[in-house]
Amino acid sequence: MNDQPSLPVRLLKGFAMFWWDFLVGDTPELFVAALVIIGAVALVSESWHANTVAVIALPVLAIAALTISVKRASDAAKRK
Amino acid sequence: MFASTVSSGALVLVGAVFLACAVEMVEALTIVFAVGHTRGWRSAFEGVVVALVALSALVAAFGPALVHVPLTWLRLIVGGVLLIFGMQWLRKAILRSSGLKAKHDEDAIYQETVAELQNAATGTGRDRIAFVMAFKGVFLEGLEVVITVLTLGTSAHRLGLASLTAAIALVLVAIVGAVVAKQLSSVPENAMKMSVGVLLVTYGTFWVGEGLKVRWPGNDSFLLAFVGIYAVVCWALVALIKPKSSTNAKVNA
Repeated sequence: MNDQPSLPVRLLKGFAMFWWDFLVGDTPELFVAALVIIGAVALVSESWHANTVAVIALPVLAIAALTISVKRASDAAKRK
Repeated sequence: MFASTVSSGALVLVGAVFLACAVEMVEALTIVFAVGHTRGWRSAFEGVVVALVALSALVAAFGPALVHVPLTWLRLIVGGVLLIFGMQWLRKAILRSSGLKAKHDEDAIYQETVAELQNAATGTGRDRIAFVMAFKGVFLEGLEVVITVLTLGTSAHRLGLASLTAAIALVLVAIVGAVVAKQLSSVPENAMKMSVGVLLVTYGTFWVGEGLKVRWPGNDSFLLAFVGIYAVVCWALVALIKPKSSTNAKVNA
């Protein structure tokens, strides 16, 4: 009996794995942060029509996400 | 005048595509050189050619399809992807610059690949292992180039300019690589990765905003402001996390 998945299944699995590694990989916090940033700015921009707040919030949230991720990694490296 | 006809958006696009392609090409070339020197050039070249054909087919298939996606949605999705991808690059580059993560060492990768290939058996005729190694190296690194070119090019409505820039980067790195051969480790890869990360996050932020109907002050010109802001943030983060005791210590390669 052949237990190997069919070619389309393997291709689909490979495609999904590539995007998982590409977008999530070993930094799931950055993936989640990007979703939160998009959600928060959508709320501010589309629902409240507060353009100035959105202009400031978008880069500030991105910088905050990067800082937290870098700080976590550096703390972990220093503990080793 | 040239300066007035070239928008800041086009300049940032060319910079991002060129640097991203150059970085990925250096990584791919290291593997190809290791395969060529260890197992022979014929199978290595065959692997490179087949990988380039496969990548071209991907561009031909997905490039025109992306043009039909509504621009607002395209920019939101592409912006989100670039924001994540750019932050990942910056995180790695910041940790490497501060000495908390080993720098990407092309010499080590070269030696590792050579050792792996020398242990593998050699058959007669086409060298399957050399072909697969060269193909994988070029295809996987090239895939990141294809994604960068397609997403940046289509969202900026400048796919031609992005493709041309990628082609120039590819030819230039190939020429320089052929001249310096195994000295690819002398390429300042981490600085280039930091620059690419800054540009990817810049475009990511800008297009997420465009996709959500945020009106940026000065339109495309605001891209340059983002480049400056993110560059300063990276510099500050490197200074913040750099261990005090190893300020003058060399990074463990």
